[in-house]
Amino acid sequence: MEVKFSRPAHHRWIEFAVEKAIFGAGIISIIFVALIFLFLLKEGLVLFRHYPFTNFFFGIQWSPISEPPRLGIVPLILGSLAVTLGAVVMAVPLGVCAAIYIAEIAPGWLKDILKGTVEFLAAIPSIVLGFIGLVTLVPMVKNIFHIPTGLTAFSGSIMLAFMAMPTIVSMMEDSLRAVPRAYREGALALGATRWQTIYRVLIPAASSGILAAVMLGIGRVIGETMAVMMITGNSARLPTTLLEPVRTMTATIAAEMGEAVQGSTHYSSLFAIGIVLFIITFLINLTASAFIKRRK
Amino acid sequence: MVKWVNGYTGTRVKGFETRSPGYPYTRRPANPLTLVSLHTLYLSVLFFSVTISTNPLFNHKGEFMSRTFKLLTLVALIFSSLFGFSSLSYAEKTKMIQIKGSDTMVNLGQSWAEEYMQKYPDRSVAVTGGGSGTGISAIIAGTCDIAEASRNMTSGEKAKAEANGRKVKETTVAYDGIAVIVNPANPVSKLNIAQLGDIFTGKITNWSAVGGENKPFLILSRERNSGTHIFFLEHVLRRGKAKGPEEYATSALMMPSSQAIAEEVKSSQTAIGYIGLGYVNKDLKILEVAQAENEPFLIPSLDTVQDGTYKISRPLYFYTYENAGQDIQDFIQFALNPQGQEIVRTLDFVPLKKNV
Repeated sequence: MEVKFSRPAHHRWIEFAVEKAIFGAGIISIIFVALIFLFLLKEGLVLFRHYPFTNFFFGIQWSPISEPPRLGIVPLILGSLAVTLGAVVMAVPLGVCAAIYIAEIAPGWLKDILKGTVEFLAAIPSIVLGFIGLVTLVPMVKNIFHIPTGLTAFSGSIMLAFMAMPTIVSMMEDSLRAVPRAYREGALALGATRWQTIYRVLIPAASSGILAAVMLGIGRVIGETMAVMMITGNSARLPTTLLEPVRTMTATIAAEMGEAVQGSTHYSSLFAIGIVLFIITFLINLTASAFIKRRK
Repeated sequence: MVKWVNGYTGTRVKGFETRSPGYPYTRRPANPLTLVSLHTLYLSVLFFSVTISTNPLFNHKGEFMSRTFKLLTLVALIFSSLFGFSSLSYAEKTKMIQIKGSDTMVNLGQSWAEEYMQKYPDRSVAVTGGGSGTGISAIIAGTCDIAEASRNMTSGEKAKAEANGRKVKETTVAYDGIAVIVNPANPVSKLNIAQLGDIFTGKITNWSAVGGENKPFLILSRERNSGTHIFFLEHVLRRGKAKGPEEYATSALMMPSSQAIAEEVKSSQTAIGYIGLGYVNKDLKILEVAQAENEPFLIPSLDTVQDGTYKISRPLYFYTYENAGQDIQDFIQFALNPQGQEIVRTLDFVPLKKNV
C-alpha cells in the first residue's frame, strides 16, 4: 500500500503562486519608479538637441511661447527655493517644538489628541489649503506689508509650512520617542532638569531622526503644486525678497502642460524641468534615508 | 503612438483632467480591436493555465489537466465570450458627447449642454475646461468629440489631427469681447492699444505715465494655457503680428483663471488685467480702449463687438470631426439656432447676429 507523505499538489501550487505574487507586488513599485524616470529622460532630454544646455540651466528668462523661445529655468528654480526656504524656516522650529512637547511634556491623553490632530492636517487636500490661503491669507499679507499684491512667495511659504508640519512633527516625535528610557533616567539621575535633559541629551540622541524629518518635510514642500500655483502669483522674475510673486517649477509644469504641443520644444522643456525636480527630490530623499540609517 | 488596451491607437491622452473636477468616465464606442484584445487576454490566461498544468512541477499525477485547471479554463472561456459581447452592447447603449477646451467657454458649453439634454432627454453631454490648448490637444488625440477653443487651431495642429486620421471642421459659435479692467478707485478710464501694449510688455511701469497716480502697475495676465493669454499677446502686445518679438513683462502675474484676475483687480488699486466680458461684474471698472491715438474710445459691448469696431474681441470656435455623428451635428445646430444664441447673450458673450 502506498503511503502519501507529501501535501496535495495544489497546496504547493498555491504556495508558489502566493510567493511569486508577493514578490511581484514588492518589485512592481521599483519598476514603476524606474519607468517613470526613463520616461522623463526620454521626453526631456530631447530638448537639448534643439536648445543649448547652458541656456536652459543658466538662462534668466522664461518665455516659452515667444519666438524664439527663451527657456531659462533660473527664475523657476529660485522661485521654488524661495518658497521652500520660507516654509522650512517657519515649519522646522515650530515642528521641533511641537514634537518635543508631544513626545516629552504633554500628558498621555493630550499626546494622542495632539498627534492625531497634527497628522490629520496631512489629510487636508492641498487645493483646499490653497483656496483657504487665497481668500484669507493673501489679503492679509497684502494689508500687513502694504504691498501691491498678496500673491507672494511669503504667502506660499506659510501655506506650505502647514503642509510640511505633519511630516516633520510626526517623524520627529517618533525619533524622540525611540530614544532609550535609560538616557532620560541617566540624565535625571545626574541632576539635570527636564529642560536640560531634553536639550542636552534627547535632541542630540535623536538628531539624525530630526534631520531626516526636516529633509522629508522639504521634499513634501518642493513638490507641492496646486496650493503654490494658486497663491504665489506665478510671475517668472528673479525674486529679491520673499514679498514678491514667484513662479515655481511645479506650478510651471502644471500651468503650461495643457497648452504645450506634443513634441515641441516647450513640451520637452517642461519634461526637462520635471527631470530637475525629480533629481532634487531624489537627492533630498536620499539624504533623509542616509540620516535614518545612521540612527540605526 | 501608444496602443491602448481598449484598442485605441493615438497619442498619449494629453490635457489636464485633474483640473476638471468631475470629469466623467465614459466608455467610448467599442472598436473591433477592443474585442480582439480582450479575447487575446483571456486566451493567454487559458494558454498559461494549460502550460502550468502540464508542467511536472505542479502536476504530479501526470494527468493532462487537473480538475482545477479544467475549471479555470472553463471560467476563462465563459468570461471571454460574456465580456466580449457585453462590451459591444454596452457601448451602443451609452454614448455621450464629450466637450472639452477653453475655460472662457466652459459656462457657455455647460448651458448649451443643459438645454440640449432637456430637448433630447436620451442624450447626454459632458463639458470640461482646461484651456483651448487642452481641448485642441484632446481633439487631435481623439479623446473628445467637440473641442471648444477661443483661438484658431494652428496649421501644425490641423496637420497633426489629419496625421491621426481625423479631419477637423471649424464652426464659429459666438464672439467674445475682452475687457481691460482696473479697480474702480483708479482714476484712469481710457487707454489706447499702444499704451496697453507698453503697460503689458513692461515698457512703462508707472501709472503716472498714463495719467494716473504715481504707483507701479500690477500687471495681471492669464496663464499660458489660456486662449485669452495668446489672443491678448498677439492683438495687444504684438499689435496683430502673431509672431512678433513682444512678450509679457516678467513682472506680470500669471493667474490661473479669469475669476482670479477679477478678484485681484477688485482688491488692488494698482492692478490692471483683462478678462472675457462674461466675467465682468460691478466691482470692476472697464477701460475704454481706442485703436490708435486719434480713434474714438470704445467700451466692449454687444454692438461694438458685433460690428467689429471694438478690436479686442474674438470669435469662439467649436472644432469637430468632419464625419461626426448626428447627435454632435444636432448639438452644433442647437448652439447656432436662436435658442442657443440667446444663451450666448444671457451669459454676456456676443451672439453671431444682431437681434436674435
